[in-house]
Amino acid sequence: MSTTAPITLGESGLFDPTAPLMPSGNLRRRAVVDRAVQVIATVAAVVAVAVLVIIVIGVAKHGAEALSLNFVIQNPQGLAGGGIVNALLGTLEIVLAGALVALPLGILTGLYLTEFAGPRSRSARVMKLALDMMAGLPTIIVGLFIYGLIVIPQHRESGFAGAIALSIIMLPLIARASQEVLLLVPGSLREAADALGVNRWRTVLTVILPAAMGGIVTGAILAIARAAGETAPLLICDGIYNPNTTSFNLFHGVSSVPMFIYTSYDLPLTQAVDRAWAAAFVLMVFILLANILARVFLGRSRAKMAR
Amino acid sequence: MFVLCLGAGVIVVATLVDVVYQLANNGSMAISKFGFGFLVHSTWRPNVNIEAAGNLIYGTLVTSFMAVLLATPLGIGIGLYLSMMAPRRVRSTVGPLVEMLAAVPSIIYGFWGLVVLVPFVDHLEPGLHSVLGFIPLFGTPSPTGISVFAAGIVLTVMILPIISALSRDLFLTVPQELKDGASALGATRWEVIRGVVLATTVSGVSAAVVLGLGRALGEAIAVSFVIGDSDHRHTSLFQPGASIAERIANQFPGPVNGLHTSAMFYAGLVLVVIAMLTSIAARAIAGRFDVQASLGGRAA
Repeated sequence: MSTTAPITLGESGLFDPTAPLMPSGNLRRRAVVDRAVQVIATVAAVVAVAVLVIIVIGVAKHGAEALSLNFVIQNPQGLAGGGIVNALLGTLEIVLAGALVALPLGILTGLYLTEFAGPRSRSARVMKLALDMMAGLPTIIVGLFIYGLIVIPQHRESGFAGAIALSIIMLPLIARASQEVLLLVPGSLREAADALGVNRWRTVLTVILPAAMGGIVTGAILAIARAAGETAPLLICDGIYNPNTTSFNLFHGVSSVPMFIYTSYDLPLTQAVDRAWAAAFVLMVFILLANILARVFLGRSRAKMAR
Repeated sequence: MFVLCLGAGVIVVATLVDVVYQLANNGSMAISKFGFGFLVHSTWRPNVNIEAAGNLIYGTLVTSFMAVLLATPLGIGIGLYLSMMAPRRVRSTVGPLVEMLAAVPSIIYGFWGLVVLVPFVDHLEPGLHSVLGFIPLFGTPSPTGISVFAAGIVLTVMILPIISALSRDLFLTVPQELKDGASALGATRWEVIRGVVLATTVSGVSAAVVLGLGRALGEAIAVSFVIGDSDHRHTSLFQPGASIAERIANQFPGPVNGLHTSAMFYAGLVLVVIAMLTSIAARAIAGRFDVQASLGGRAA
């Protein structure tokens, strides 16, 4: 690299220390590259936000056609009329049933990894790897698995099968979130409880879990929001149901919002497609609100822990 | 309490083992009929009892790699912007907004992809074809815009938040002293990024990319809307194609016969093996840094 360090010359041709320092040669090239990288990085961020805005606006615009109050409080009437209240209630039921299974399992797994397994425990390593793999399972595979495990033996697709499939999607998310927040609980709390002669399980129930509650609730909300939007497992495990009535029997087909969107789109009716968009809008609003709520909750519990 | 917690962990491991067992068991008819030829042959004709997943595996890999290729530079750029360039105010709004992309359900991506993106891609493809047409990948566009290319773009948007959020978190862990040291030696900001920030986080970022790849490989619904579920393999990205997950979503609800269902379980087994290998690879690459923990905390 040539070191032709530019000596700044004044108008007289002599060295002028007051002349402005202008980058030149190699330094100028470096400055240009630097500038370019910053511009590219900024543009990338702008693109990502723009895509989100385009998606949200696109769904809102198309969804507005069929959206009304009746849409969220009525049952469907035929293929092109009425609302989706049965699908909303069905999704609520399936997701809550799934959460009922996934929450205890996820929190207990998180507790095992942080409170009971030693730092070099082989079982903990296997479990962490299993959680990673479970989180990485394609959702359609979860559907196939539950089809083999529950639908084939029962000879029937059901809301129950769908709920268990969703619980498999939620479980690693909840376990991970619990594990992470449990690691943040100060060791001094555990030591204080130990010093008072408190049992391990009692410490966990009365000291550690309450301290970690904020983070666990956040994780649970995020997991539920994620599960509520899943289509693939329901398509496989809970795809046969009566679309026009509300049914709460988990051991029969239960309608759901994602399946409503998926099936309405296939109908050769513009009204049906409009209704699919409106349902997509309702679903998206619910999921984004849940995410914002979780974020606020997390911020508050973080602030509490910092105090 | 200990027993309960251990039991929960054991259930997690057992479930995973059972996933593989169920897929292999229900796919056994297809496995014994087609054997390993299933992986290389490409004819999928359920009505004459011939199924092979070559095309599907090809489509899965092509769409996913395209997504990774596009999302990696974008995601790293966003990570750099959020961790090193953006003012605090911007950082705390743009960061969560980008992560919101991960919260949008795949059915909405599929829907949006079909109605908004596909027509756009339809306009884009002829231009790309006329400029890059000498490369076989950018061959003659299909008339509708429904294509492997459109699927790749949808997947890019879907994995972008994973790569960008993880790389931002990684970049924030780089000690300030190291960056200051490089700046003090006269490095420009890009030189600090290249020499210090990227150099110290390369393994974590690679793991994040592999995680994104894993997500892209298994996406079914969003891809099924825009790829066309075609039985033919085209070299051109601008033609319809198919992927494993997407084919299962499309055909599982209405199988022709038992063998058809069984073949889809077999295809699922192939997919799950790929997905599990990806998870293991991500963990191995990441090494000390627990990328997936920070992903789980965010719950994608």
